[in-house]
Amino acid sequence: MSATYLAAASVEEAVNALKGGARCVAGGTDIVVGHRQGKKPLPASIVAIHGIDALRGIAAAGAGLRLGALATHEEIESHAVVRERFTGLADASAIVGSRATRANGTIGGNVMNASPAMDTGAPLICLGATAVFQGPGGTRSIAVEDLFAGPGQTVASADELLIAVDLPAPALGTGSAYVRLEYRRQMEIAIVGVGAAVTIEGGKVTAARVAITALAPTIHRVVAAEAALVGTDGGRDAAAAAAAAAAAGSAPISDVRGSADYRRAMAAVMARRAIETAVARALGGQVSIPASTSTFAAV
Amino acid sequence: MKHPITLNVNGTPYSVDVATAQSLLYAVRDQLGLTGSKEGCDDSECGACMMLVDGRPTNSCSYLAVQADGAEITTVEGLGEGDELSPLQQVFLEEGGVQCGFCTPGMLIAATALLQANPSPTAEEIRIGVSGNLCRCTGYDGIVRAVLRVSREGASV
Repeated sequence: MSATYLAAASVEEAVNALKGGARCVAGGTDIVVGHRQGKKPLPASIVAIHGIDALRGIAAAGAGLRLGALATHEEIESHAVVRERFTGLADASAIVGSRATRANGTIGGNVMNASPAMDTGAPLICLGATAVFQGPGGTRSIAVEDLFAGPGQTVASADELLIAVDLPAPALGTGSAYVRLEYRRQMEIAIVGVGAAVTIEGGKVTAARVAITALAPTIHRVVAAEAALVGTDGGRDAAAAAAAAAAAGSAPISDVRGSADYRRAMAAVMARRAIETAVARALGGQVSIPASTSTFAAV
Repeated sequence: MKHPITLNVNGTPYSVDVATAQSLLYAVRDQLGLTGSKEGCDDSECGACMMLVDGRPTNSCSYLAVQADGAEITTVEGLGEGDELSPLQQVFLEEGGVQCGFCTPGMLIAATALLQANPSPTAEEIRIGVSGNLCRCTGYDGIVRAVLRVSREGASV
């Protein structure tokens, strides 16, 4: 079978193609690799969006940041503002695949592929990110925490193109982190991952978000873990209690990368590391990026 | 469906027709006859097919040739000058960075991309830089030594 192909020059052209049943490709690190692996054939109709300049770049948007859908992991992990204020996202983008994956793979593709094990989802949710779509009827925004509907599925319609991911300015005193359990440091997929964002004012945690990865059909927040942090000093006991709550909120499966029991047992460990790192950063401490590597070395 | 495209490989433009699913690797190997880049795994695990696409290290086995239309592509054939090896290729030989040679074209491209982004990498940064390139012969030490040496000698890659 020979697939049809269109290189879209504009968002409108791409949305039109999606409306006609095409699927989009940018860096190709999921859709083309999946085809080569024999997991999934290439779609019968493809619209390439890699040439649409309007989707490129990382720019200030109000007090926050807008990541164009074509922003690559390499651009994200090396961006000074991301590293300083959205550190958990830098932790995640810095450990996706290999250097070639990060040079070609985009935030838009990573989000819309909607893998329950993908690295950027948990920090995006913890940082309150919003996915911005363009469809035939106009634009709409969906909070990333409401976007994932199941493994490989989102609530967006097939004719909506993700054009950007917006990150609101974090409150003063916020630190964030993403930590994953990995068998190797590169070319790895999370066995368990946890994202955390913690805001500390006057020695007390005033806001917290905790999201878990590869522990359920979708990446999602664990409200009980967040509640266990708010009002505390964010210290060791609070982090341990929140980590236990995060593990209790998991519903893992067994697969080639780990058993459900192992994932459940490691969920609390990864959650504690993510929360302690976010707290340390909220208090002005320097924990090097990616946190997965630095916290593993420290424990 | 065939698409007429232009691939600018190592500074030379080539006009070819490719099917949608044709990989960049096989467009370059079969249609252009540049067989330096290798197929190892054919699904982005091993890096033997790595090329620079507009400067980005890219697994060409898993990159659609049609998406590379108009891009500037560098393969291992573009590193040296005729029969003369580049400084990076020369130190790979001298430091034991090559045994069977199958990973070498991709490894050299990954190392080139690393040195372009970071001219003075640490051994750790080199290991991360070539983490998408598997070598089953050398144990990687010779490769790390070679990249360290070429960066210390300050030779252009």
